[in-house]
Amino acid sequence: MSLDKDQVQHIAKLARLRLADEEFGETVEKLSRIVDFVDQLAQAATADVVPMAHPLDAAQRLRPDEVTEANDRDHVQQNAPATAGGLYLVPKVIE
Amino acid sequence: MSQDLHTQTLTQLAAGLDRGDFSSVELTEALLARIESHGKTLNAFVTVTAERALAAAQRADTARAAGDGGVLNGLPLAHKDIFCTRDVLTTCGSRMLENFISPYDATVVERLAGAGAVVLGKTNMDEFAMGSSNETSYFGPVKNPWDLACSPGGSSGGSSAAVAARLTPAATGTDTGGSIRQPAALTGTVGLKPTYGRVSRYGMIAFASSLDQAGVITRSSEDAALLLGVMAGFDKRDSTSIDQVVPDYVAGLSGSLKGLRVGIVRQHFDAGLDEKCAAAVRESLAVLESQGAILTEVDLPNLDLSVPTYYVVAPAECSSNLSRFDGVRFGHRADNPEDLYDLYCRSRGEGFGAEVKRRIMTGTYVLSAGYYDAYYLKAQQVRQLIADDFRKAFANVDVIAGPTAPTPAFKLGDKTDDPITMYLNDIYTIGANLAGLPGLSTPCGFVAGLPVGLHLVGPHWGEETLLRCAHQYEQQTNWHKACPEDFE
Repeated sequence: MSLDKDQVQHIAKLARLRLADEEFGETVEKLSRIVDFVDQLAQAATADVVPMAHPLDAAQRLRPDEVTEANDRDHVQQNAPATAGGLYLVPKVIE
Repeated sequence: MSQDLHTQTLTQLAAGLDRGDFSSVELTEALLARIESHGKTLNAFVTVTAERALAAAQRADTARAAGDGGVLNGLPLAHKDIFCTRDVLTTCGSRMLENFISPYDATVVERLAGAGAVVLGKTNMDEFAMGSSNETSYFGPVKNPWDLACSPGGSSGGSSAAVAARLTPAATGTDTGGSIRQPAALTGTVGLKPTYGRVSRYGMIAFASSLDQAGVITRSSEDAALLLGVMAGFDKRDSTSIDQVVPDYVAGLSGSLKGLRVGIVRQHFDAGLDEKCAAAVRESLAVLESQGAILTEVDLPNLDLSVPTYYVVAPAECSSNLSRFDGVRFGHRADNPEDLYDLYCRSRGEGFGAEVKRRIMTGTYVLSAGYYDAYYLKAQQVRQLIADDFRKAFANVDVIAGPTAPTPAFKLGDKTDDPITMYLNDIYTIGANLAGLPGLSTPCGFVAGLPVGLHLVGPHWGEETLLRCAHQYEQQTNWHKACPEDFE
């Protein structure tokens, strides 16, 4: 196994993913296989190769910083799990 | 009169509507009835929008009577459930978005509707488009109309199955590593993935933003050309959309293949390709040659590295893109969270399926401190080498032709145990995504009753050549007309 249980636990924490106990073992095993598989990239000769930034070498387009959208809050918040007075509700963050 | 409407292509249906042989309402009713009777067997649709479809068809008929209407006026199609559709459920095949009603339309949806298309519903797909078999969908796997025990491919498997089974003449799809072309090959349909930046990604739920591209699954290249003409073009709402003239793809279909330089990749016919698939593809190459194309051997020396490169780049981008699912603004939220951290972790842990979690974690790992250079940066360098291989090849050829997938459709459940076996399904298609190139799959034969696809890749903005090559090939062959027995 190229990844151990602690590493996978750490990755899950970084990714904000809670894994159920019964899926943990399989995740360690399959992630290890994926990492082993992509490890073959190490053999590629890439000295002096410029990493690709865009498949067509295009640059990010900029636009003037102007308000173009109307406020659609109420419509958008219909998908929110919990709101009050136009605000999104989350568990208490500051005591 | 209307019994055989489901067998017709968009182009044929457009002519029938123009002649007044039938109305869009009659056509829409006929297809909704087919979806009603066959949809459940195949599990191809997540949502059927019958009422909206009939209302749109009615509007199309009224417009036609007044001498108005766009190029797709009254023509039915389906959208992969990755495209946001205003006030309609948009799930992306995930529990995370099980109840998500999109507040806006994707540009693709808007443009097709603007041309008069009638949307029959939203098709099933691998969760967040992560899969090659449709088995990662929260709503269950889609079945292949050619053999219900087989996968229709993925991730646009609901679209490919629906088009193959004549439930709709066309459907949209998205392709990040082969997700339009591989399901098209496995179901005997035509699948087109355009050049990166050709079609707007606005409102298309993001998986890997430097690879994702919207396209179509149809029953002829002529239909693909018709739809691409409507979908393509600059969109200021997608910062990676490229301002490039949209040619008349339908007009570009005519013209012979005389002198067309077709590159054959030596590595494509190495071990890994099913021998009978190889024979079908070789036969299709001979057809192209008989039409005047000149076959030349080309070399893609880094082909083997394309799958591992993809499985660094795509998960890295997915881990960033899917960070938006936080259980706060939209999507699944866990019950009774202890604190904010617990809310994030459990909402995501419950809302995402196993494959999506694996990809997020792979991406998180390759981007994490100490591993970025070894994996992510290295992969972007190898990606450059792969793009260079294509650049060199396209200096000498107009099109590269080969197999779309290494085997015909495989049995559901056959590849779910080993992620790597599943990933290798996309070996012939992934390169086009890494290099941003257009690709097309068209049916070129059968192996044991299951369809095989011929894959064409072109240089950037080479859609016209791909479509002409495939269309001319389809004029000489009948593979794309074959219909699965139980869905005639």
